[in-house]
Amino acid sequence: MSAELLDLYERMAVIRGTEKAAHDLFMAGLVKGTTHLAAGHEAVAVGASAALRPDDYVFATYRGHHHAIARGATPEECLAELMSRDTGVCRGKGGSMHLTKASASMLGSYAIVGAHLPMAAGAAWSAKLRGTGQVAVAFFGDGATNIGAFHEALNLAAVWRLPAVFVCENNLYMEYTPIGTVTAVPNPAADRAPAYGLPAEVIDGNDVLVVRDAVARAAQRARGGGGPTVIEARTYRHYGHSRTDPARYRPEGEVAEWLARDPLLVARKAVGDGAAVDAADRRAQATVRRAVEAARAAPPADPAQALTDVWADGGAAWRT
Amino acid sequence: MADVITYREAVAEGLAREMRRDPSVVCLGEDIGAAEGVFKTTVGLFKEFGPERVWDTPISEQAIVGAAMGAAMTGLRPVAEIMFSDFLACCWDYLANEIPKVRYMTGGQVTVPLVVRTANGGGLGFGAQHSQAVENWALAVPGLKIAAPSTPADVVGLLAAAVRSDDPVLFFEHKGLFASRGPAAPPDHLVPLGEATVARPGTDLTVVALASTVPVALAAAEALARDGIFAEVVDLRCLIPLDIRTVLESVGRTSRLLIVEENPYQGGWGGTVASLVADEGFELLDAPIRRVAAACVPLPFADPLEQRVMPTVDKVTAAVRGLAAY
Repeated sequence: MSAELLDLYERMAVIRGTEKAAHDLFMAGLVKGTTHLAAGHEAVAVGASAALRPDDYVFATYRGHHHAIARGATPEECLAELMSRDTGVCRGKGGSMHLTKASASMLGSYAIVGAHLPMAAGAAWSAKLRGTGQVAVAFFGDGATNIGAFHEALNLAAVWRLPAVFVCENNLYMEYTPIGTVTAVPNPAADRAPAYGLPAEVIDGNDVLVVRDAVARAAQRARGGGGPTVIEARTYRHYGHSRTDPARYRPEGEVAEWLARDPLLVARKAVGDGAAVDAADRRAQATVRRAVEAARAAPPADPAQALTDVWADGGAAWRT
Repeated sequence: MADVITYREAVAEGLAREMRRDPSVVCLGEDIGAAEGVFKTTVGLFKEFGPERVWDTPISEQAIVGAAMGAAMTGLRPVAEIMFSDFLACCWDYLANEIPKVRYMTGGQVTVPLVVRTANGGGLGFGAQHSQAVENWALAVPGLKIAAPSTPADVVGLLAAAVRSDDPVLFFEHKGLFASRGPAAPPDHLVPLGEATVARPGTDLTVVALASTVPVALAAAEALARDGIFAEVVDLRCLIPLDIRTVLESVGRTSRLLIVEENPYQGGWGGTVASLVADEGFELLDAPIRRVAAACVPLPFADPLEQRVMPTVDKVTAAVRGLAAY
């Protein structure tokens, strides 16, 4: 049995439990707005994180709970953020779509599709100029591959040979629409990479070790001055696009097929020690349970915070 | 260095000063390196600082400003150029949704110390997609600081403040002023963001202006002085922070206010200035607040049409006379 794999399993189980808690808290009226749950995508976040240095930069999307937690945000501060608590990771000013843990180099979750790919290129440019050996990783959905910022970022990162890794979480659906019906190529990210002279691979995004190894190769290449890589990780959402989407447009057989390849099941089988995995599950459930209790007990967001942190001096003054 | 320099030379001078002072300052934009800028506002930078500090980009406004944002969040102080301010619309997501919001929506976890420079405004016959004055677009977005200098010395001083600012600054250089001349900036010159200046003292009426409308207002004031009407011209220099105190102090002396702005009347920055003065300076006023702004049409190409739409010395002079007689 691999201790590392068991650890990755437990990390994924914590994310899965947090996503379920987010769903249940929403249904209980304790989370407002919307959520875009990443249950099913855990292997991408956890596998990538296992391959990265703590100071490597990560940029994620509005479906980003898994990346925040994988990089070091606690389930408690994420759930508190969703529940509009003062202890939220963004103090209640971000919400589900903007989870950020800058102290862990997780530089944000962005809710305008594709917008963060140029940012990741910029962080990679900064790392290159400062000579730090860091890489910058942008995680994005299949739908983002049809927006201009994706193409501008890949081209710039390629011509400047930046230490960037572009990881597409291809969950087969652009919101409610099958990605294949709105995209001219079968692999929406990987098939575009050659247009920018970039290497790409399509991988099983539900196998945490496969993801870890692919991201490790790409990061090594980036650190060695070899430039960016595109990774297309095929995965599947267990929930709909957002809280209001029951995802009835997905064929039953397809759902069953992907649930049978749930990244937690894949990892459980690979660990091979059922008792050890069950124990990891119990620890993860306890972690999430404590997080929910703490977030529920936390004070609500402080209205005074609404008029802070527009500017670097902490304030919001716009006039004399 | 010459005692008198052009506004265009001042841009390159201001950038060079900051790049010499701080190695984390890097420039990126289209044609800014070896070509030294389509407006020749980056002359000498590539030669002095090389390709590691001055980066030519593809025509990719989203990548330019998005990369600047990512670099600013991770230890650099990038200065991005968007060639014409009209092209800000191509990367408006970054200026409306990303850069001004990321610090706030992360609860203060990150800062974005960057400058986006852009050539703004009309009067040169570039037509409707290369001539707009769009400073009012930026004013609609909380989280951006906005500078728009009118003189070469202010270009250098405000650029120094913008580059050193830990907040994002949108820096409007006016195309119509690039060839204008003025005293060179002294060494270490810095004009803090959000400090208006009285460009010409007067007693009868306050004219608030910005960038290109400052010389227009000064020319009108000069002509009116011969007729015994003494207008005070306030150069705002920045829209955010907005130095409304200097405006109110001036109106306290003159009791009349005319606002001259190049952006269209609809949604123009003068509306915000007028609102604040009406709210907080109502008892200072002896006349209605008036605005000379661009007509609410796309900017046309031909000279007579462009002049019909934009603020001119004649329009300002007529408006001042009307207000002085009110």
